[in-house]
Amino acid sequence: MRNIKALIMILVLGMVWAKPSFPGDTLTPEEIVRACYANFYYAGNDMKARILMKLIDKGGQERIRELTMLRKNYAEGGGQKYFIYFHQPSDVKNTTFMVYKYPDRDDDRWLFIPAINLVKRIAANDKYSSFVGSDFSYEDVSGRKIQEDSYRLLKEEELNGKSCFVIESLPKGSAEYTKRISWIDKVNYLPLREEFYDKQNELYRQFEAFEIKDINGIPTATKTVMKNVKTGHRTEVTFQSTEYNLGIGDDIFSERYLRRRPTEWIK
Amino acid sequence: MDKVDNRRIISRRKAQSVKRKTKNLKLYALRFNFTLYVLCFALNCSSAIIFLSSNLSYAEEPFIRGFLQTNYSARITGVKLPGAKRQELMLGEERGRLDGSYYPSNACVGFDVKADLFHDWVEGDWGVTLREGYMDCLMDKFDVRIGRQIVTWGVGDLLFINDVFPKDWEALYLGRPLEYLKQGVDAGKLSLYTDLASAEFIVIPHFTPDNLPSAGRFFFFDPYPNIMNREVEKPKTTFGNTEYALRVYMSLAGADLSAYAYKGFYRDPAQRADNFTSPTTTSYFYPELAVYGASLQKNVLGGVVSAEYGYYDSMNDRNGKNPGIENSQSKFLIGYQKAFQNDMTIGLQYYGELMSQYKEYNANLPPAFYRKKELHQYITLRVTKLLKYQTVKLSLFTFYSPDEEDFFITPEASINVTDNMLLVLGTNIFVGVKDNTTFGQQHKNSNLYALARYSF
Repeated sequence: MRNIKALIMILVLGMVWAKPSFPGDTLTPEEIVRACYANFYYAGNDMKARILMKLIDKGGQERIRELTMLRKNYAEGGGQKYFIYFHQPSDVKNTTFMVYKYPDRDDDRWLFIPAINLVKRIAANDKYSSFVGSDFSYEDVSGRKIQEDSYRLLKEEELNGKSCFVIESLPKGSAEYTKRISWIDKVNYLPLREEFYDKQNELYRQFEAFEIKDINGIPTATKTVMKNVKTGHRTEVTFQSTEYNLGIGDDIFSERYLRRRPTEWIK
Repeated sequence: MDKVDNRRIISRRKAQSVKRKTKNLKLYALRFNFTLYVLCFALNCSSAIIFLSSNLSYAEEPFIRGFLQTNYSARITGVKLPGAKRQELMLGEERGRLDGSYYPSNACVGFDVKADLFHDWVEGDWGVTLREGYMDCLMDKFDVRIGRQIVTWGVGDLLFINDVFPKDWEALYLGRPLEYLKQGVDAGKLSLYTDLASAEFIVIPHFTPDNLPSAGRFFFFDPYPNIMNREVEKPKTTFGNTEYALRVYMSLAGADLSAYAYKGFYRDPAQRADNFTSPTTTSYFYPELAVYGASLQKNVLGGVVSAEYGYYDSMNDRNGKNPGIENSQSKFLIGYQKAFQNDMTIGLQYYGELMSQYKEYNANLPPAFYRKKELHQYITLRVTKLLKYQTVKLSLFTFYSPDEEDFFITPEASINVTDNMLLVLGTNIFVGVKDNTTFGQQHKNSNLYALARYSF
C-alpha cells in the first residue's frame, strides 16, 4: 500500500515539476494552486531570462532595474537556486545576488558588492520585504509554500476571454496578506490576475499577467504588472528573453561567479 | 577594527601627512606608473592568450560608466584645529570617476580600469588616482588577476581581522562613501576552483600602508608632541619584502567556511626611539606580521551568524618587550544579523583583541603611552531601514568599547532622488571619557558630512 502511495506521489510530482502541468478538471483547489506554482515558479529544469522592471510612482516617474536571472530547480515545490545579475541602473551594474531556496527553511542569500569586491551573506527571513524596491516582495518573486495557505474554489469565470478558476487563499499563519484571490488559467494554469487584501479586508495590491508566450512548449508570463492600489505605485515586468532547459551547471551558483558573472550565460 | 588603535603612531602620522602633502602627486604618479607597467605587461601577454583561447565563448562590449560627486565634511565641535588649512572644513572635494571594462568576445582575458580625478579644497590641489586597474585571465579551473585590485576578506562589519589589505581610515572618519575605506593593492591573484574547496592566493610585491587621520584635518593624541622630525621607512619593493596572502574556502552543511594565512607587514606604523621615556628622536617603520585565521558564516535562528578568528604574530616583537611595536594578539568576533519585515535589518557584533605577553607590555610601556587592557573589546550595532520603495535609507552604525569607554556613532540618511542621483547626509560622532583612547582622542573631530553623486 505504501509503495502504491509512493508511486502515485512520484507520478503527481513528475506531473507538476520540470514540465508544464495540465491537470484535469477534477483537481482540488490546492492541487490547482500547486499546478499554478509549478508552472509559474518551476517551469523547465532551468531557466534564463533577461528581465526589465519599471518601477513607476503615482507621478509617473520611472526607475529601471534590468537584470538577468538564472534559475535551476533541485526539488519539486522547494529546492531552487537563483542567480541574478544587474545590468542597470549604472550604480548597481555588476552587482550580483544569489539565493538558495529550500522547501523547509529560510533561504540562503548572498550579495556581491563590486565597489569593494565583497561577497556577503545577507539575512533572509524578510520574505515580505520589497524585491529591489519594486512592488513585488521576495515571496512574490520566488514563491510561497503550498502548505502555508488553505484554498477554496470561489467560482469559474472568464477573464479577458480566458476560462479561469477563481481561488481564494487564506493564510494559516501570519502572512503579508489576509486574503488572496487568484484567477488561474484553466488551460495553462498560470495566474492571470491576483488580488491581495489587507487586515481591513481592503484590496491593496493587484497582479496581472497580460502577455503569455509559448517558449519551447512552456507557457510563460512575459509581461506582468504589480500595482499597489493604495500608493499608486506600480511595477511593470517584461521578460525580454526567456530560455528553458539550457543545462546550467551547478557550479554557476557559487562565489566564483558572484564575483565575476558567468559570461557564457550572462552577456 | 584591524588597527583602530593608532595612539602610538600618531606623531608618526604628523610626519607622514606632511610628507604626504608634498609627495602626494608624486606618489600617485609612481603607483600609476607601476600599474601601467603591469597592465602593459598584461596586454603583451593577452594577445597570445586571446589567440590560444579563441574557442571560449566570453563576450562583452567595451563598457564605460562613472560618476560625478561632491563631498563635504565639516567639524561641528567648534574647536579650532591648530595649523588647519580650512578650520571647520575637514573634507571638501569634487570628484569624477571613469570605470571602463573590456572583456572581448571569444577571449578569456579582460580588463577593468577605474580612475578618479578630484579637486581637494582642503589641500587646494588636484589629483588623479588609479583606484583599480587590472587584467583578468579567466580559465576553466582557475583565474588570474594582475594589477591594482581591491580585496576584501572576512565576515566582520567594519571590523577586520583576516582582511589584512590596506584601508583608508581617514575616508571612514570623514564620511566619504564606504567603498573608499578600502584601498587597492598592486598584486597578482591566482584563484583556484575545485569541487571540494576553492582558494585565492595573492602576491603583493609593493607595500601599501593604511591611510590614517592626518594633521591639518584631524585632532589626535600625540605622546611626543615636541619631536618634529620624524622619518618614515616603508618596506622597500624587494623580493624579500613580497607579501603573501592565502584564503581557502568551502561550503559545508550550509555554512561558508574560510581559512586564511598572511605574511607581510603591519599597515599601521610602529615607532623607534632612542629612549621611549624621554626621546630626542623617533622614527617610524612597518614591522613584520603574520596572520593565521578562520571564519564562518551560516543562517541560524532566522538570521546570519558570523564568527571570525585571527592570530596576529608580531614577528619583530615576539617576546612583547618592544613598546614601539604591537604585541602578538588573538583577535576574534562574533556577529548576528537579522532582517525584519518592512525592509529593516539589525546587526550586532562583539569583537575582542587579547594581547599576548601582557606582562611584558605592562613592564615596558613608556609613561606617555595609553595603557591598554589585556582584552580590548568592541560592541557594534548596525540598524538599517529602507523606506519609500527603498529610495530612502536610514542607517546607524555604532562602535562602543567598554574597556576604553568610548564611542563612534554614525547616523546617516540617503535618498535616491532618481536612479542616477544620490544625496547623503550624515554625522560622525566621537565620544570618549579619555582623550587618548581610540575614539576618545577624536572627540574634537565630530563632523557633519554631505554627498551628492550623479552616476552615469
